[in-house]
Amino acid sequence: MRSSLRSRLFSALLLATGAVWLTAALWIDLGARAEVEQVLDNRLQDAAHMVGSLISSGRLPTDGLNRNPAALLPDAGPYMHQLSCQIWSFDDRLLARSGGAPETRFANGGTGFSEQEINGEMWRVYALEDPANGFRVLVGDRLSLREGLVTDLIKGLLWPAVVILPALGAILWVSVGRGLAPLRRIAGDLSRRDGEDMSQIEAASVPREIRPLTTALNGLFAKVEAARRHEREITAFAAHELRTPLAGLKTQAQIALMSEDRDVRGNALRQILRSVDRTGRLVSQLLALARLDSAPPARKEDVEIGAALDEAVEFSRMAGPDVAVEIGSDLRGVIARVPREALDLVLRNLTENAFAHTPPGGTIRWRRGAAETTIELWDEGPGVPETDLPFLTRRFFRGAALSTPGSGLGLTIAEAAAAQCGASLTLANGPRGGLIASVVFEDESSLEVAT
Amino acid sequence: MRILVVEDDAILLDGLRVGLELAGLTIDAVSTCADAAVALSTSAFDAVVLDRMLPDGSGLDVLRRVRRSGDRTPIILLTALNETANRIEGLDAGGDDYLGKPFDLEELAARLRSIARRGAGRASATMEWRDLVVDPAARLVLLRGDRVDVSRREFAILTALMERPGTIRSRADLEERLYGWDGEVESNAVEVHIHHLRAKLGRRTIETVRGLGYRIGGER
Repeated sequence: MRSSLRSRLFSALLLATGAVWLTAALWIDLGARAEVEQVLDNRLQDAAHMVGSLISSGRLPTDGLNRNPAALLPDAGPYMHQLSCQIWSFDDRLLARSGGAPETRFANGGTGFSEQEINGEMWRVYALEDPANGFRVLVGDRLSLREGLVTDLIKGLLWPAVVILPALGAILWVSVGRGLAPLRRIAGDLSRRDGEDMSQIEAASVPREIRPLTTALNGLFAKVEAARRHEREITAFAAHELRTPLAGLKTQAQIALMSEDRDVRGNALRQILRSVDRTGRLVSQLLALARLDSAPPARKEDVEIGAALDEAVEFSRMAGPDVAVEIGSDLRGVIARVPREALDLVLRNLTENAFAHTPPGGTIRWRRGAAETTIELWDEGPGVPETDLPFLTRRFFRGAALSTPGSGLGLTIAEAAAAQCGASLTLANGPRGGLIASVVFEDESSLEVAT
Repeated sequence: MRILVVEDDAILLDGLRVGLELAGLTIDAVSTCADAAVALSTSAFDAVVLDRMLPDGSGLDVLRRVRRSGDRTPIILLTALNETANRIEGLDAGGDDYLGKPFDLEELAARLRSIARRGAGRASATMEWRDLVVDPAARLVLLRGDRVDVSRREFAILTALMERPGTIRSRADLEERLYGWDGEVESNAVEVHIHHLRAKLGRRTIETVRGLGYRIGGER
């Protein structure tokens, strides 16, 4: 079944209203039945007593058949005709009966109420005995009459329901529809939007009930918009960063084509190779950064820091072939609970950065920091001007020194990857020059010595 | 023509230097705003190739500073920021031309020749004096309609002298035009080239102004 809010509301309201009506009808039916029974029983009784007292006072002769004793009774509306009266002697002679009364004796036995089937109809009878005068008065009415009375009463109640319920249904249907109109309007607005439109839904015109939805939607729009702006910036920056190496490639290629000189051509081709390497690296770094930006952190696993560092150094070796590496023995056996790939990105990019800035013959040192949860990398490079320190992890920031041909992305990647490891990256100048890169794990349990 | 190239990417800078020299231009290269400012304040260039994004600042700042100081050297902006708004900003900051990366080397050379000759107050692509015609784009020298073969260095000196006939060019000036800062200058190189040019174009084409330098088209 399609879940339509309007149908559900409508049917719920209609069912509830119907149920109320039906309960009322049933209730009234029961109550009215008892009431009617009571009243009519009283009437039977009264009639019998009246006839009885008339006979005993001698004002009503009992010697003629077909006399109508009921005619002597006080007027009781349309039910009067339905009252039947028989007067029997104690020796079982029918002394008199009313017009509509059957000839069959209504009831036997003494004074009181009874029910009897006569000619296929159920009768309720009240018997009154007068042993002193030797007659018996039987007054009865048909049970079907009583049913009819109650049915009339219920019908009187149900007719308005039959007429009003459809009207009520129509009103409910329309007003539920009206109530849901803002929802339809918002849906219409949203469906007319193109993919670019991330503007907020106007909250003022929205009913309170729908506001949580619009608020959530607006929040989502804001997030999507921010993500897309971020993406656009990255794309623009990436395109921009790729243009310069492309210009270099094109220029060198044109030189190789133009020049007749072997040396010039050889040099141009070598420059092209260098540029292709560097551009390829830039592209893979951009991809790594894009992945870090978009993907949620991978599953954490236990990584042995010492082994991971060995791999990182091996991987980055080309960046500093003449630089020595020391990996502190206190890092051996230290286990980090981190996403493996993210940790590799941190270690590789920091190592590469240290290699690139350390002059040949120098040493880079990985070691455990003063704090339990910190690992540090010390290089022997020139360090960084204090004013540049805050900007080192910014995308494509290379500093004014221009000492190395880095992409300006390594430290950005290291920082983003560290964040996925639940760690932060801090950079500071060492006491004797060089840069110290510290990876500080925020969670103490994410870095522990294996036992 | 002597050109200053300001570009921070090493490979592109090397390409510009070699490529533009192949096109017959003399190149001096720097890679920061600071070096560019020093170069522009100490030497005269026929044109400048200026990258917009430099490690120590924006090329536009260099451009504005140069224009504020009254320097009218033609400057072509070379940049990866290639949106229309960026181009407008660059031209309005005082740039004479704007070229987006990646570019064509020969187009850059042509644009440099174009802005350089406009900077020198000429509209024609060729320089003429009497029956001598110099075409920098084609690197062609015509004397009375006949082609004269000259070397790259001779051509550079001839061009410098032909740019403003009647103006005296000092030996140091010509040396700088020939070699930029990097080239090794032989002590009598300029004299040797002038000598060869006179042999090819006629003795009286290039006049020696004693103690000052050389010129073409002095008052007789």
